[in-house]
Amino acid sequence: MAPVRGDGMRGLAVFISDIRNCKSKEAEIKRINKELANIRSKFKGDKTLDGYQKKKYVCKLLFIFLLGHDIDFGHMEAVNLLSSNKYSEKQIGYLFISVLVNTNSDLIKLIIQSIKNDLQSRNPVHVNLALQCIANIGSRDMAEAFTNEIPKLLVSGDTMDVVKQSAALCLLRLFRTCPEIIPGGEWTSRIIHLLNDQHMGVVTAATSLIDALVKKNPEEYKGCVNLAVSRLSRIVTASYTDLQDYTYYFVPAPWLSVKLLRLLQNYNPVTEEPGVRARLNETLETILNKAQEPPKSKKVQHSNAKNAVLFEAINLIIHSDSEPNLLVRACNQLGQFLSNRETNLRYLALESMCHLATSEFSHDEVKKHQEVVILSMKMEKDVSVRQQAVDLLYAMCDRSNAEEIVQEMLNYLETADYSIREEMVLKVAILAEKYASDFTWYVDVILNLIRIAGDYVSEEVWYRVIQIVINREEVQGYAAKTVFEALQAPACHENMVKVGGYILGEFGNLIAGDSRSAPLIQFKLLHSKYHLCSPMTRALLLSTYIKFINLFPEIRTNIQEVFRQHSNLRSADAELQQRASEYLQLSIVASADVLATVLEEMPSFPERESSILAVLKKKKPGRVPENEIKESRSPLPIGQQQNAQTNHKTSNNTNADLLGLNTPPSGANNTTTSTLIDVLGDIYSGTNNTANAAVSNSKKFIFKNNGILFENDLIQIGVKSEFRQNLGRLGLFYGNKTQVPLQNFSPKLRWAPENAVKLNVQIKPIEPTLEAGAQIQQLLTAECIEDYPDSPSIDIEFRYNGAPQKISVKLPLTINKFFEPTEMNAESFFARWKNLGGEQQRAQKVFKAQVPLDLPGARNKLLGFGMQLLDGIDPNPDNMVCAGIIHTQTQQVGCLLRLEPNRQAQMFRLTIRSSKESVTLEVCNLLADQF
Amino acid sequence: MMLFMLLFSRQGKLRLQKWYMAYPDKVKKKITRELITTILARKPKMCSFLEWKDCKIVYKRYASLYFCCAIEQNDNELLTLEVIHRYVELLDKYFGSVCELDIIFNFEKAYFILDELLIGGEMQETSKKNVLKAIASQDLLQEDETPQGFFEDHGLG
Repeated sequence: MAPVRGDGMRGLAVFISDIRNCKSKEAEIKRINKELANIRSKFKGDKTLDGYQKKKYVCKLLFIFLLGHDIDFGHMEAVNLLSSNKYSEKQIGYLFISVLVNTNSDLIKLIIQSIKNDLQSRNPVHVNLALQCIANIGSRDMAEAFTNEIPKLLVSGDTMDVVKQSAALCLLRLFRTCPEIIPGGEWTSRIIHLLNDQHMGVVTAATSLIDALVKKNPEEYKGCVNLAVSRLSRIVTASYTDLQDYTYYFVPAPWLSVKLLRLLQNYNPVTEEPGVRARLNETLETILNKAQEPPKSKKVQHSNAKNAVLFEAINLIIHSDSEPNLLVRACNQLGQFLSNRETNLRYLALESMCHLATSEFSHDEVKKHQEVVILSMKMEKDVSVRQQAVDLLYAMCDRSNAEEIVQEMLNYLETADYSIREEMVLKVAILAEKYASDFTWYVDVILNLIRIAGDYVSEEVWYRVIQIVINREEVQGYAAKTVFEALQAPACHENMVKVGGYILGEFGNLIAGDSRSAPLIQFKLLHSKYHLCSPMTRALLLSTYIKFINLFPEIRTNIQEVFRQHSNLRSADAELQQRASEYLQLSIVASADVLATVLEEMPSFPERESSILAVLKKKKPGRVPENEIKESRSPLPIGQQQNAQTNHKTSNNTNADLLGLNTPPSGANNTTTSTLIDVLGDIYSGTNNTANAAVSNSKKFIFKNNGILFENDLIQIGVKSEFRQNLGRLGLFYGNKTQVPLQNFSPKLRWAPENAVKLNVQIKPIEPTLEAGAQIQQLLTAECIEDYPDSPSIDIEFRYNGAPQKISVKLPLTINKFFEPTEMNAESFFARWKNLGGEQQRAQKVFKAQVPLDLPGARNKLLGFGMQLLDGIDPNPDNMVCAGIIHTQTQQVGCLLRLEPNRQAQMFRLTIRSSKESVTLEVCNLLADQF
Repeated sequence: MMLFMLLFSRQGKLRLQKWYMAYPDKVKKKITRELITTILARKPKMCSFLEWKDCKIVYKRYASLYFCCAIEQNDNELLTLEVIHRYVELLDKYFGSVCELDIIFNFEKAYFILDELLIGGEMQETSKKNVLKAIASQDLLQEDETPQGFFEDHGLG
């Protein structure tokens, strides 16, 4: 038996030995049940147990619990131990409570009482025990109960160092549960000054606390920067003997150094004081210099601790992104680590270099290491290291090295681990598209991807290649030729059949002149794959065939034969059967003209950001390296930067849907968008492909307040709104048009922060499920503080049959909604008009009328615009003039309007005059092109 | 911040668990099971860090015991290895050439030592001397107390 120290509990040791000697799981359970029965009877028995026995039994229960069994009694006995005057009993009581905490409210009160008593103790060992328990449980009750005591302990001059250390971390733990417990005011500076404490242990603990406080309130704690820089500088320049026990394997205070370096990363720029900045840079240089010195010990602990500080310093350098010299040095240092014999260092160096690759100062420096990184991707024994190498290659890729990197990644894909293939496919697809100077190269890369790793090519990837081929005439012939060749392979991946089917259906005619790829050969080649494919691909092929009938009338009979075969019971699949029969009929009854129209080549897709990027980001949130070189950082406070980033993200997302199927595409050509996959709809791929010519009417809502804002096959969104002075109220009505509930239904407001301060919009939350056929209402209120351009949007996300959907709609909240119409006679109108003649008060636009020029229509629109339409003022009866006042919280802005039609030229001239320049422009922009 | 620390044997038996985040018991068991399987499957020369869910795992093997910590994305991996090492040094110093059995039979001590090193998942005291001093003063308090229960303790107790 192992030796037992202190006042070892023999009974416990015997019990543990018994358990260890059990030959089987059953025997163990039997022994445990026996023990549980024994303890239960002791606790229930008449005889009062003494402290020692209680302690021993509680300890046994704890052991049983740690073996993985449930414990449902003994809590009261443990709580009793807390008030024992024997330390060892108290300690076991606390341990039991910490491990088996139960938010049983009666007990919590008792526990808090015991802790209170121990916090008052003169013995620091008791106080610490209590603090550790609070930190271990860290519940809300605790936070509330000790709001006063713990901060006091932390900064009081009487508190012993060991207690201060525990108090700092205990407070941190409670702050994480309950952020409002931290006192402000004078406490702030007292807490910050703990960074100057004599005792290194106190500083270490306090730095963790301050780091968390800074994150919540960077401005208030800004004073910590100077103290942290000077403390860090002192540590880094100290010799390892100076700090005695806080030196770890010849590295002075590595924990504190790392914490201070982290603390500084909360600010950007770290400091604006040149002196402090110089001192910090000097310190960072010293850390980099030390990395070049020969090691003071061969032990791995020495190198780990030293490099831990070095990596954190490099993080800070990358975070600041303002010192080219330091960035380049950091990069060289990491480059050395790439060939270090420690796997851990290689892993971290690759990871850290990913960030350096995105800085404009060090991007080129990182590229120098390309060969080594490629080798790492191929040769590393550990897949997690190889993964890092792939990430880095992705991050360092630019136009100059794209072909090489993509080729290397393709080569590696053939043998790559299954766990990273899918992600690699996405990365290759993104890089190939982003840096393609020649789209034939892009087509080759994607087809290679499908050939090498077909199973890992997600829908997004092959959708995208089709989108690009359709939009770029110059590659269509090449694409057709290449897929035709790829399909010759005896075994080709189903994704290849999909792409091949689609492309040949559109552009097969471009290669039909070559006798080797004559129409019939194309058709037979595709059809030879038909029986090996899933129903979804078969359906796609049937669509290709009907398109062939249009492209190649000479093979019509062959194709009709195939349709005939599949239009009866031989097709077990109802969709295929129906499709085949309908196509067959179409090919029989429709004239050549009709066929040519129905089966016309797909129109171009609106150009948009690749959706694959969004998939990659979703797959690994937070850790996908950027492949985008950042401009060097502007000195924005951290909060604003985060805002800027989130904005960027949301705007990306709106462009991120696959093919424009899920959201109404912006721009004028929204009605021409049709589905890519299949002109006639495809039930297999769910709603992603249902042909839904979504209708979004947001422009009309400049002139009206109520109506249907948006509608597609799934959902209808209606709006009712009313405005008074500078306040508005909107009701949005979401109607589910489908037979199934729409899940995770979440509308979110999108409104740029710089505008949100001018128009304050509040949105009421609604239920996340929209039942089939149901309608729900969501209320919004808007308050106009100041005039603003544009109008907010609402982004609606939901799941339909599990498939994510996204819709974005502009809200009818343009500035004109806050107009109050104003009556006036000709005299005062012209007087005001003249008064508002200044350069900044006028705005004018001349634009072509929507044909035909419609004067009554224009009048109607103006009536709905919110201003007063004034008749009999302008001498020319065709001209329209209006007057109104815009109500904002800060001021009222008078505004005049004149709209002059020119019947001959079919043009309008619009003039706006108002007392505020921004209003003039905003109103003018709203109305331009509307008539 | 450290999220939790697990000690388990080469046979996959959990020897010590310390959670710095409030997870439900079910989740704890699931995490433990998954991590033990993942780590035991890794080969000796592999990297000591792995991405896992939304956190990072840092682990190291000492003789028959694996020490495994979960840390947040921004935390320093190398230094976490040294937190583990410091803890091992402390156990070693306290028990005198610590072995797995010491931790099994004196699990409560292992907890007490850990509580002196880390609080709320953050390093409280990095000095080995100071931690040992704190533990010694705890033991001193115990020894002042009269040892009792020796007789009752024979047999099953």
